[in-house]
Amino acid sequence: MSFELIGKHEKDARASRDAIVTTLDELMAADPSVCYVDCDLMGCLNTKGLWKKYPDRALQAGIAEANAAGVCAGLAATGKKVFFHSFGTFSSRRCYDQIYMSAAYAGLSVRVLGSDAGVTAAFNGGTHMPLEDAGMYLSIPGATVIDACDYDQLYSITHGLADTEGVSYTRFVRKDVIQVYAPGAQFTIGKGAVLHASDKDVCTVICSGIMVDEALKAWEQLAAEGVSVRVIDMFTWKPLDQELVIAAAAETGCIVTAENHNVTCGLGAAVARCLAGSRPTPQEFVGVQDRFGQVGPQDFLMDEYGLRAADITAAVRRAVARKS
Amino acid sequence: MKQLNVKELNVLAARIRLETLRVIHSRGFGHVGGSVDLAEMLAVLYGAAMRFDPKDPRWPDRDWLVMSKGHAGPAAYAVFGLMGYYPMEEAYTLNHPHTRFPSHTDRLLTPGVDLTTGSLGQGASTAAGAALGNRLDGRDSRVYLVVGDGEADEGQVWEAFHFACAHKLDNLVVFLDMNGYQLDGSTAEILDHGNLPGKIAAFGLYTQQVDGHDVAAIYHALEAAHAHTGGPSCIVLNTCKGKGATFAETNHAHSSSPTEEQWQQALAAAEQALDAAMKA
Repeated sequence: MSFELIGKHEKDARASRDAIVTTLDELMAADPSVCYVDCDLMGCLNTKGLWKKYPDRALQAGIAEANAAGVCAGLAATGKKVFFHSFGTFSSRRCYDQIYMSAAYAGLSVRVLGSDAGVTAAFNGGTHMPLEDAGMYLSIPGATVIDACDYDQLYSITHGLADTEGVSYTRFVRKDVIQVYAPGAQFTIGKGAVLHASDKDVCTVICSGIMVDEALKAWEQLAAEGVSVRVIDMFTWKPLDQELVIAAAAETGCIVTAENHNVTCGLGAAVARCLAGSRPTPQEFVGVQDRFGQVGPQDFLMDEYGLRAADITAAVRRAVARKS
Repeated sequence: MKQLNVKELNVLAARIRLETLRVIHSRGFGHVGGSVDLAEMLAVLYGAAMRFDPKDPRWPDRDWLVMSKGHAGPAAYAVFGLMGYYPMEEAYTLNHPHTRFPSHTDRLLTPGVDLTTGSLGQGASTAAGAALGNRLDGRDSRVYLVVGDGEADEGQVWEAFHFACAHKLDNLVVFLDMNGYQLDGSTAEILDHGNLPGKIAAFGLYTQQVDGHDVAAIYHALEAAHAHTGGPSCIVLNTCKGKGATFAETNHAHSSSPTEEQWQQALAAAEQALDAAMKA
């Protein structure tokens, strides 16, 4: 793993979905066994070029996610490396039993890509807002679950997925994301990225996806107040980097998790389960507090659901106050 | 296809039926009705039509069987055992702890099972995916998919038919086991399909309907299905749920828990049927 933080909190001119498009193109060119199945959302992922370029392997399954998931499992059974995309709501809820039984239970590898993570579904509204998608995949034995934050992370991770066996689920944002990492960043699936750490840290913020930039802003605010915190980009929710979580708990004494997801079943829950079993630690949960999504601009939704740097700094103060 | 030998296929069907009963008898209860009714179809597939190697169950050039009505696992275990994928007796451990022979077919456990099934409707899609994958590889392997008529309540079956036709999967042959019964009663009283073969044909599958207990009729329908190009085929089998299992043949039960006396009666009748087929 090697990366450089940009730290300017500026939007990337590149659409992060194109990290997936480029990777798929590279993988499909190099390996004739790579297939990509979509459910009438190639226009949203910007993969119509792949459809043209690889007409036999970039496949349309239409607006029928359950069948599409099963087709992916069948392709995998014939030795294909399969990527499957739909919006996060439909690539989880709409085909869960198919991914669970036809793929995961059957020992077949399908790489599921769920776009418009959490509140980034914005103007498509609550019906299209996946706040439990990753939680559903966390419940599948052996699955890999990822919440990616920017273009370069998505590029590195998508390459890594090609060699990841079993069912994986990667939620991501299609465009207009803050550039967190400099080009060329490389990530290892299953390992958290430590973005800030010192021996003065009094708390650790464990975050992923769009919450990484909020956590970095929170770090700056707290640093200005003389409060030092550790920040970890835990883009892999499962398998969780337990060693890193436990070490952070031991060294900083309290934890704040920050996720663009329902806190009942996501990153915070996974971290809490890890710590409860080995090192009980005060923890505060920033994320969607067991609510449905709703329509509106992403900025409004992040305020509405408490997904801001200010929510993280407040949670850090609560967590530190709970230390015995 | 091998040349048609009606007597040979009838003997194989009788063996499959008898072994299916023995497999389920080893547990004492199970999905008898919808398993024994497939004996003739499986006899034609494994006795005359399919390309397979019991010593190399995942042989890349094989034909595939996807038992989407996964509860008919015991019938598949019977035919696999008879073909030599494993000693037949090993399957007399159905649903015992750590068995390789669970109620519903599982590709990770049982040699001969190509795709895992159990949640109804799902085998239709995985079979379509396997047909597509074989075509991408340039293989002439066929995928034989077995769907129940009760299973056709599942919308996924129709999504898969739609997909298979749109992608012109003519290496996919569907058997629709139309035995007229599902768990709670007849398909007509549960959720009437109306004209089920007609609906399948309307989706675009080349559809034939035959007596599902007539090996010659199944054989000839398969020949026609193989000759059909440009899209998937369907052979609707008119079957009797419980065929040849004395305790299930009249009540068409989805699952049966017969007494040992009833089991012995059914096993004896199946042995007699095998004798009769051999003497015919």
